[in-house]
Amino acid sequence: MATTTILYAALTVGLTGLIAAVILYFVSKFFHVEEDPRIDLVQACLPNANCGGCGFAGCRAMAEAIVKNNDLNVAYCPGSDTNKIAEIMHLNAVLHEPQVSTVRCNGTCEHAPMKSFYDSALTCAFANTLFAGEKACPYGCLGCGDCVAACQFDAIHLNPETHLPEVIEELCVGCKACANACPRKVLEIRDKGKNHRRVYVACNNKEKGAVAKKNCSSACIGCGKCAKVCPFEAITVENNLAYIDYHKCKACRKCVDECPSGAILTVGFPPKKEAPKTEPQPEAVAEPAQA
Amino acid sequence: MENTVASIEQRIEDNIKESAREIKKLSRKTFHMGGVHPDANKFAHSAPVETFPLPDEAVVYMTQHLGSPATPIVQKGDKVKVGQLIGKAESFVCANIHAPISGTVVKIDQVADITGYKKPAVVIKREGDEWDESIDTSLDIIHDIKLKTKEEIIERMKDRGIVGLGGACFPTHIKYMLKPEQKCEYLIVNAAECEPYISTDNRVILERCEQCMIGIEIALIASGAPKAIIGIEENKPRAIAKLMETVKRYPNIEVQPLNIKYPQGAEKQLIKAITGRSVPNGALPISVGCIVNNITTMYTIYLAVQKNKPIVQTYTTVSGRSLRPDQCKNYRLRIGTPILSVLQSVGIPEDTGKIISGGPMMGKAIANLGAYTAKGMSSLLFMNEEESARGEVHPCLHCGKCVSVCPMGLEPYMLQTFTELKRWDDTEKYGIMNCIECGSCAFICPSNRPILDMIRVGKAKTGGIIRARNAK
Repeated sequence: MATTTILYAALTVGLTGLIAAVILYFVSKFFHVEEDPRIDLVQACLPNANCGGCGFAGCRAMAEAIVKNNDLNVAYCPGSDTNKIAEIMHLNAVLHEPQVSTVRCNGTCEHAPMKSFYDSALTCAFANTLFAGEKACPYGCLGCGDCVAACQFDAIHLNPETHLPEVIEELCVGCKACANACPRKVLEIRDKGKNHRRVYVACNNKEKGAVAKKNCSSACIGCGKCAKVCPFEAITVENNLAYIDYHKCKACRKCVDECPSGAILTVGFPPKKEAPKTEPQPEAVAEPAQA
Repeated sequence: MENTVASIEQRIEDNIKESAREIKKLSRKTFHMGGVHPDANKFAHSAPVETFPLPDEAVVYMTQHLGSPATPIVQKGDKVKVGQLIGKAESFVCANIHAPISGTVVKIDQVADITGYKKPAVVIKREGDEWDESIDTSLDIIHDIKLKTKEEIIERMKDRGIVGLGGACFPTHIKYMLKPEQKCEYLIVNAAECEPYISTDNRVILERCEQCMIGIEIALIASGAPKAIIGIEENKPRAIAKLMETVKRYPNIEVQPLNIKYPQGAEKQLIKAITGRSVPNGALPISVGCIVNNITTMYTIYLAVQKNKPIVQTYTTVSGRSLRPDQCKNYRLRIGTPILSVLQSVGIPEDTGKIISGGPMMGKAIANLGAYTAKGMSSLLFMNEEESARGEVHPCLHCGKCVSVCPMGLEPYMLQTFTELKRWDDTEKYGIMNCIECGSCAFICPSNRPILDMIRVGKAKTGGIIRARNAK
């Protein structure tokens, strides 16, 4: 008795499955959508983080746009394998300089002491509407981590000591998601530069020098010394704020020594060679004098 | 006249208990959707208004109202008198700004306000206290209304920089500029003062009741309404008794006691409580035939019309749980007075966690104590550490308390979630733009979720999207 029940059940289910499979087969044939197989291939070359940094809704949308327009210039994803996409599309690869997110604020607790304490919703977007920030700089980093939340590559983290975000260069693809999330545009996407060496102004403050300096010892005061010393005309001073054009900058670091408030930072230079020269310079001079 | 006022005062003093009993008997109204009951903490209720000493230097912000900043019309080195125009309103939603002290303009600069952001301001160094000649500085009550027509009164309001002193600082004259098809049926005077701690309206009623009534009479002419109703919460029995006595001589004015409930002082809720009418979403009170103004605004309208006096001073309650009862004060202070000097005059308690400008429900924590007072700064509150500390945030329980207290019938927890998920089409669909930001949801939330904060983020973002769409 029991065996027949099992047999009937198995037969019924099996038969239903078979009929359904046949129906599904014909339906799928009938309603088949012709899709360019290259879309899948292109999508596979993208990071599939759906960050939206390219301007499309997601990686799939970008892949569709590339295939549809048959053009690599419609969108650029720094995290993608451009050469492989070019191979799939039988097009010439477009050369892009690798880019990285740069934090243009040096308002550490040391440089810009906390003036108030914020304990509301931890989002920069809201803090920005409420007040000038814990460090009272109306242009600097708020330290609530909207950029950290926006990063799909785990490349940006808040340093609990400085309350500033730090970018892990190896992981950052330069997708602009963090720059778009920052309500104060503190983050900028800059070229990684030759040998990953770059020089940038770590300040976003457009106030007059004395006002800016009141809240942060490391603020750019717009004195223009860096612009004068730059042999490549890469530095412009606008609204009391210096800006280094990364296309023109040759990373000679003349401006770094010239800056009176230490607002120009360098990345990627060998530390041993240069660090003792610039930072503990007074000591180095003092010692021989004593001897 | 003085006699009658004095006798009323006496009668109230004699029969305060009796009048309190009488008020209990009166029919009280309220709005029915949502609302919360925070502790009233009206410590400064019986503290008479004191005039705060004039500051040596006043910093007058050009944005003391809702809308675009006024344009400074004085130069460095100019001599100004109290009440002289120094900031001119050049766009539609804007209000004139007048010199609060007499002296020399030291500079016109960007000065950080309570948020820490820099705002254009005029800095005046004080020399004596000389008022502009056109202003009547006497305390005599003038009963005969000097301006007879609606247009004249509205023009005077605009000229004297009258803004709503309930907190939002919306330029008052705009409310009275009705389109031809609009008709005002009720002038509603807001004396609800539903925010805890604040007691300036209460003091203005007790000390300047007659003037307020004349101000209401003037506003009645300006609005064309046949009747004015003063809405006042029942926790101010003295003020109600005083109003009841005074309105007997003003047939067009009525007093309506209200149950205690927050946010009764919000425009739409007050209209609902008093007239039973609901203002449609996205519409102004005039669409249901109402104009709402605060009682202190009525007093300033009286001053503007009868004495030609602009807003140069504000009524500010300084209060807090950590202060002794005798330290809680009501000040009449000039605009541009350093906030710190006001705070220091009562003594800053040691356990202060936050200092708030405005009420504890809708006010803002002051991020920059070096800022200066402005129009509509109705209170400065010391919140102790325990009070101001935010509890640990827990996940949403979906208990629905925020939904039950929302006076606008919204679903705050949903709005918060949608904002976190950046689903801007859903925030719009769920009516985020109707939020009046009263904070009832955040007040009641058992999980300490920053609901209002997130709704504000969502509201700003959604508003931007809607404006961009409409501009297309």
